[in-house]
Amino acid sequence: MKTLNDLTQGQSARISCYMPRFAAARRLMELGLMPGTTVRFVKAAPLGDPIALEVDGRHLSLRRVDAAQITVQAI
Amino acid sequence: MADEKIPSEGGMVRIALLGNPNTGKSTLFNCLTGLRQKVGNYPGVTVQRKVGRMVYGKNIAEIIDLPGTYSLAADSPDERVVVDALLGEMETVERPDLVLFIADATNLQRNLFLAYQTAQLGIPMVVAVNHWDSARKRNIRIDMKALGQALGVPVVPISAARAEGITELKEVVAGALVSKPHMVEAEWPKSVEAALEAARSALPESVQPKATRAVLHRSVFDEDRSFFVRQGASSEEAGNAIEAGRQKLFKGGLNPGNAETVLLYRQIKERIAPCIELDTTRTGSGSESIDSILTHKVWGLLAFLGLMYVVFQSVYSWAGPFMDLIDAGKGLVQDQVGSFLTQWPMLQSLATDGIVEGVGAVVIFLPQILILFFFITLLEDTGYMARAAFLMDKLFSWCGLSGKSFVPLLSSYACAIPGVMATRTIQDPKARVITILLAPFMSCSARLPVYVLMIGAFIEPRYGAAVAGASLFAMHFVGLLVAMPFVYVANKYILKIPPQPFVLEMPSYQVPKVRDVLMRMYTQGKEFVKNAGTVIFAITIVIWALLYFPRSEELAEQVRLEYVANAAAEKGMTTAEVEALLEADEESAAALERKIDSAYIEQSYLGRIGKTVQPVFAWAGFDWKITVGVIASFPAREVIISTLGIIYSLGGDVDEESGDLRDVMANQKWQEGERAGQPIFTIPVVSAIMVFFALCQQCGATVAIISQETSWKYGVFSFVFMTTLAWVAAVLVYQLGSLL
Repeated sequence: MKTLNDLTQGQSARISCYMPRFAAARRLMELGLMPGTTVRFVKAAPLGDPIALEVDGRHLSLRRVDAAQITVQAI
Repeated sequence: MADEKIPSEGGMVRIALLGNPNTGKSTLFNCLTGLRQKVGNYPGVTVQRKVGRMVYGKNIAEIIDLPGTYSLAADSPDERVVVDALLGEMETVERPDLVLFIADATNLQRNLFLAYQTAQLGIPMVVAVNHWDSARKRNIRIDMKALGQALGVPVVPISAARAEGITELKEVVAGALVSKPHMVEAEWPKSVEAALEAARSALPESVQPKATRAVLHRSVFDEDRSFFVRQGASSEEAGNAIEAGRQKLFKGGLNPGNAETVLLYRQIKERIAPCIELDTTRTGSGSESIDSILTHKVWGLLAFLGLMYVVFQSVYSWAGPFMDLIDAGKGLVQDQVGSFLTQWPMLQSLATDGIVEGVGAVVIFLPQILILFFFITLLEDTGYMARAAFLMDKLFSWCGLSGKSFVPLLSSYACAIPGVMATRTIQDPKARVITILLAPFMSCSARLPVYVLMIGAFIEPRYGAAVAGASLFAMHFVGLLVAMPFVYVANKYILKIPPQPFVLEMPSYQVPKVRDVLMRMYTQGKEFVKNAGTVIFAITIVIWALLYFPRSEELAEQVRLEYVANAAAEKGMTTAEVEALLEADEESAAALERKIDSAYIEQSYLGRIGKTVQPVFAWAGFDWKITVGVIASFPAREVIISTLGIIYSLGGDVDEESGDLRDVMANQKWQEGERAGQPIFTIPVVSAIMVFFALCQQCGATVAIISQETSWKYGVFSFVFMTTLAWVAAVLVYQLGSLL
């Protein structure tokens, strides 16, 4: 099962679902990371963490530990 | 924190400005209110509150700028304030008559999520669609008419940064205050309605009538007991009601944790999508090409370091001349005021050493605060601040901080006060408190004179310039190295608040508005003077009084007699000849004056306190004179130099480069005890003094600002903790150093 954390630079994927009991799920959804949304992995920060994603033409940054809680389907 | 009562004179209409962060809310607020605005904190919380007045036609409305938020589900104090203010649940903040919702045209769907949540609260609404121009540039076409119909409220396209559409917006707002348009609410499936009803009926009967739909929505979806509890339910009853509602949701096939989010997003898509035409051919924006450099692995870090260097070099060097000017002005005023009051020595001292000194102590910080906030506003408004946090997050996340702590901490190297104020950019309250408590550990510029005096007088002559330079460098990192482990422990074991995810929206780069930058500098400066300023002023007066009283004529006479007798014996003159010399020779008179001042300090209340406390500091090798210096410099560290000058009978005008002070200190010997005859200032003692000053919370202004930005408990904690730590470290340094 692939998560947002496993994407490589430039890769796009569609969000499938959140890991159960991931407390921040709601917050991330409110920011546009809804299941079904397509995201693009823009880049990782110079020190490797956090990562930057493009969602609906916006750039969002989140930590790898949170990104690993969101499963995706590569497209 | 002064709780300004926001005036709500008879019938003044209140408009709440609401929207996501980075939508141009502050710019619109400034456009609508101009200089008719006030800054304060919400009662009981440290969330900033901006209130201003909008003039439209012959009427005036009050506009409250609510904190930027993505959702009404309250996780942070900022979001809590938004919900409570909109529900009218906050004392002294009345429920608004109209919500002016600001949405970003380039990201309409996500922005309107919050608008849909707000629609449930039943307040009339107007939607302003900002960044209209940049949406057009990106080929995003929005059918305003269709959007207005879909939402059921007036929609006004604006560009706040260019002040376009503001007149129309004011007109529409004026009309809406009369017609009271309500936004079309989302439709909820039967299971949600059943859940709300289940929660309502599970409440005690007395609370049921107050459980409006809006309150039920927020309570059940957010698992938030506070609304019901405020209406008189016990925490357990509220919990049961919420649980009953959530059970119903679950049975209806919905996940209570995200039912609202999923349902609302689905409806927004259905209703809003037909009004928006997106250009899907677009690949990468202008911001992305700038980011290919500014967040690049190598160039990004280099650019960041370069930028920070420029910022803090500017804060340091641009503020310098202004601070010198203020200092000179202070001296001038002291001379002027002093010369008026020569007949009344106590009033003279109170006016010059107390009042003028106290005002000076406040004003002297202003240049640094203004320049730093100039840069912070610039960094935020261009959109770079989010990138800085992105670059630095990894360095801080291990101990519970985030990349957002970097700028405040670095700025604390100039001065902790603007540094503490700069933590307002951190939303996570835990990270903010930790950053605030960490700020005074950064070696601020006021510690520099202490290091320069000690290193110049004792380390350089003995070990040479290379070691002196290295010690000065090392002193700047002592605080950070000692504090970091405490931060780790505090985060892990004491402040056990569940960690929030680090989610950061990186806004598009923009050219900041000069007006916004100036406005921010003005409001921050004003706030500092008003709030922290009063405390700094008060502390200065208290220390002045402790140093001045008691002051007896007899003591002066006694010192004078001793001086005359000694001089007579030394120079082989009669006492009459010495008296004549004192009359004729200004230098001798001044020397006697300094001896008297020194004697006054010794028997002043502060001198007595110093002597009483000295045994505690004896562990660190301090004599009573150093101890008095340490206590007297509580309002500000740099005071130790002039206090030592007075105690050593050199007068208060010495500075850290003063050769006299260095010589006198080098010649100080223990008068009594087992070490009688040995020099006081040995290398271990000097090191202990420097370490003490590096770690001690010896700055009344910082305690004041910490108390103001958090609560007085943190101010007291910071003072007690740092002072204890400084003492322990000084004792360790002295004891270990003496063994070598």
